[in-house]
Amino acid sequence: MSGVVVRRSARSSRFGAAGLIAVAAVLALLPFVAYESVTSSLVTLFVLVTIASMWNLLAGFGGLVSIGQQAFIGVGAYTVIYLADHGVSPFVAIPLAALTAAVLAVPTSLLAFRLRGDYFAVGMWVIAEVYRLLLSRVDALGGASGRSLEGMAGMDQTLRAAATYWAALAVTVVAVLGCYWLLRGRVGLALTAVRDDEIAARAAGVDVTRAKRIVFLASAAGCGAAGGVLVIDALSVQPNAIFSVQWSAYMIFIVVIGGIGYLEGPILGAIVFFALQELLSDAGTWYLIVLGLIAMASALFMPRGLWGQVIDRTGMRLFPVGYHLERHVGTGRA
Amino acid sequence: MAADLLALRGITKSFGRVGVASGLDVTVSAGETLGIVGPNGAGKSSLFAIISGDLRPDSGTVTFDGTDVTRLPPHRRTRAGMGRTYQIPRPFEKMTVFENVLVCASEGGGRRKRAALELAASTLERSGLGPVANAPAGSLTLLQRKRLEVARGMATDPSLLLLDEVAGGLTEPEVAELVTLVRAVNAEGIAIVWIEHVVHALTATVDRLACLAGGRLVADGRPADVLADPLVRELYLGQAVTTGEDVA
Ligand SMILES: Nc1ncnc2c1ncn2[C@@H]1O[C@H](COP(=O)(O)OP(=O)(O)OP(=O)(O)O)[C@@H](O)[C@H]1O
Ligand SMILES: [Mg+2]
Repeated sequence: MSGVVVRRSARSSRFGAAGLIAVAAVLALLPFVAYESVTSSLVTLFVLVTIASMWNLLAGFGGLVSIGQQAFIGVGAYTVIYLADHGVSPFVAIPLAALTAAVLAVPTSLLAFRLRGDYFAVGMWVIAEVYRLLLSRVDALGGASGRSLEGMAGMDQTLRAAATYWAALAVTVVAVLGCYWLLRGRVGLALTAVRDDEIAARAAGVDVTRAKRIVFLASAAGCGAAGGVLVIDALSVQPNAIFSVQWSAYMIFIVVIGGIGYLEGPILGAIVFFALQELLSDAGTWYLIVLGLIAMASALFMPRGLWGQVIDRTGMRLFPVGYHLERHVGTGRA
Repeated sequence: MAADLLALRGITKSFGRVGVASGLDVTVSAGETLGIVGPNGAGKSSLFAIISGDLRPDSGTVTFDGTDVTRLPPHRRTRAGMGRTYQIPRPFEKMTVFENVLVCASEGGGRRKRAALELAASTLERSGLGPVANAPAGSLTLLQRKRLEVARGMATDPSLLLLDEVAGGLTEPEVAELVTLVRAVNAEGIAIVWIEHVVHALTATVDRLACLAGGRLVADGRPADVLADPLVRELYLGQAVTTGEDVA
């Protein structure tokens, strides 16, 4: 069997990859041509894409439904605040925020993985609250009322806005490509099996706990970086806001409407969510009601989300992680 | 003793009042084929769960390849060389058939990259699933799902393969095909333990037959002797079971 030919990508995905690179390039050039108000609102969109992608990785592939991922957003934000106090550039601190979140995710996972299903989801929320309470007690970090970020005062306003935008874009690109890289490899195959049937996955030889821990750490790192971007964007941190369960609500909403278990889902979902936010920004309470109705309708009528619809209609995959076996040796391409 | 690939000693397990094993001893030597029969609810599938690690026995030990694996989690046992199927198939529904087998070759079989792809592809062809390689496993018929169970077990590169009622519901020609496949697998030196109600499939394949009832092996020996055993006949004739009954 030396003639086995396996394809990893469909035709549409090569076109898709080129399109994505073009989009990323245009986005990177935006600060030179667009108003600051545009780039600054895109920072919010990038953060949403990042955190939703992390939640999708966790729930859509690891089967770990959490409503406490704001724990790592907060940890990332406070890491940047702390490091800036010690003279580290906030931008340089972003990767360190990701690292800190991943490191703290290790003991967090030891605790949280003892819980299953709903208990895990709620347990993570409790853990996020514990992080909030602990950090609210540190006076050096501003206590319960929060603090402003040091080290940005001397920076030119236009340059600061552009740098924040690029940092947010870079975090998003790394987060999305990181998910892709993880899922395309050996771990991804194992995770997909775990998602479909945990018991059968064990029998297949998958170390289920290890696979879940890997996505838990990766997801924490991404949320940590997003927290760092948020603090640089806002120039301050407030514990109740940064540790708000609302972040988890956003992540879930975006992933559900975009399509859970597809890397493209959170991107599409975040764009839709962002557009809704802009459209309904004056609508007050109606905003929440409309969001709720859309989430319910989406769960009922499009269980695979918007991206599921795109696949059904076009067969397009921007991030192909599957394997296609060519049985007639010599007719396919590797 | 030293030649035993698998040895269960004094295994006891009960679910509340329902006992599925009471002081059960089973040994399988390398490359051997053992068939297991027994009435419904006798605890045959539970025995597989205990061997593969899905169930922890209340007492007793499981030794595999000279190592005590009683406390080892299932994935470690698979990596150590135990492949298994589930009586009610458990495909990875949203993955393709090829990916189902690939994950077994990669994780259980410890193959990397190209070697994993090759093992998965050849296993699929051998088990007759080549034509549906790229279909989602969730779309398979029951018979195809059973085949996929066997293929996944094979792809973990086992030294012991546990088959749980993989012939149930198959037509005669399909049973014959399956028997040929299992014999070919065994010819590579892989030991087989096969639980089956389709007795003639077993007698066409195994060197040794055992009957599980009341939490113990009530008979264990040459297939013809076991099937002639009055106790086994009574256990079986009490039930409507298609035995085919042309004992080898
Ligand atoms: N997880 C469980 N919890 C409680 N009872 C169980 C469990 N698993 C099995 N049992 C019970 O244990 C007994 C043995 O079940 P098992 O599936 O091992 O039987 P079996 O010999 O494989 O039967 P069959 O021929 O019908 O497949 C049955 O009475 C079953 O109801
Ligand atoms: Mg059974």
